[in-house]
Amino acid sequence: MLDILLSILVLTGAIFTFVGSLGLVRLRDFYTRLHGPTKATTLGVGCLLIASAVYFSVRDEGVSLHEVLVTLFLFITAPVSAHLLAKAALHLKVHSLAAEPHEAHGEERTP
Amino acid sequence: MRRLLPHPLLTLTLAILWLLLVNQFSAGHLVLGLLLGWLIPLLTSAFWPEHVRIRHTGVLLHYLAVFVYDIVRGSFQVAWLILKGPARLKPAFVVVPLELRTDLGISLLANTISLTPGTVSSRLSADKRTLVVHTLNTDDPEALVAEIKQRYEMPLKKIFEEEDRAC
Repeated sequence: MLDILLSILVLTGAIFTFVGSLGLVRLRDFYTRLHGPTKATTLGVGCLLIASAVYFSVRDEGVSLHEVLVTLFLFITAPVSAHLLAKAALHLKVHSLAAEPHEAHGEERTP
Repeated sequence: MRRLLPHPLLTLTLAILWLLLVNQFSAGHLVLGLLLGWLIPLLTSAFWPEHVRIRHTGVLLHYLAVFVYDIVRGSFQVAWLILKGPARLKPAFVVVPLELRTDLGISLLANTISLTPGTVSSRLSADKRTLVVHTLNTDDPEALVAEIKQRYEMPLKKIFEEEDRAC
């Protein structure tokens, strides 16, 4: 029973990671490509880590929770790199399918 | 008290992080974790100019639930959009006017937007009043702005900034 659940989790994770990578090939411009790997993988990696935590908690004695740390660090760093890539692309005026944004005020800046 | 223990929340977080890192629970590690959690904020206090206080824990929990739900929902949407083919996508930049004023609030909002699939925060204006967001597919940019403001910005404002308005 547990094996089935874990298999489903691992497979779901693998599928989402694959689709995220597929996005790199299929999407047409820099900004949309950014969505594939940084996004579809969030859930993909999430599923894999949950499976890992459950598996090692059941197999060895005691709970294994340092997968939570991987998730945490991933959730802190992934959006920062995505933000900086997008910001650099906007700065360099990389070709975009969408119209360029126009803000009301001032120069750009990182949060 | 403030000087000895400048960031109680950070201390607690670091202690829990330490326990997760060693991946076992014992009294010794708990003490070591608390010690690290006390020393690190003390030594790096120059990097933490803002005092983080969380109000409305219920709102925070609700916000986290919405966040997780949106990640799952968004992942399916993005996966479906990629599989369906990029030809019919309507990517767009939208400009979100910010009501959040603290650096922490804005960072968390930008992180949330980037983490939920389908949207990436891509530029913050110099005066920190507007945030440019790129979205993979949208039919109605204005509805997206309204959704971001209502779903993410309002709870964040409630949790971290409510009192600032009163002062």
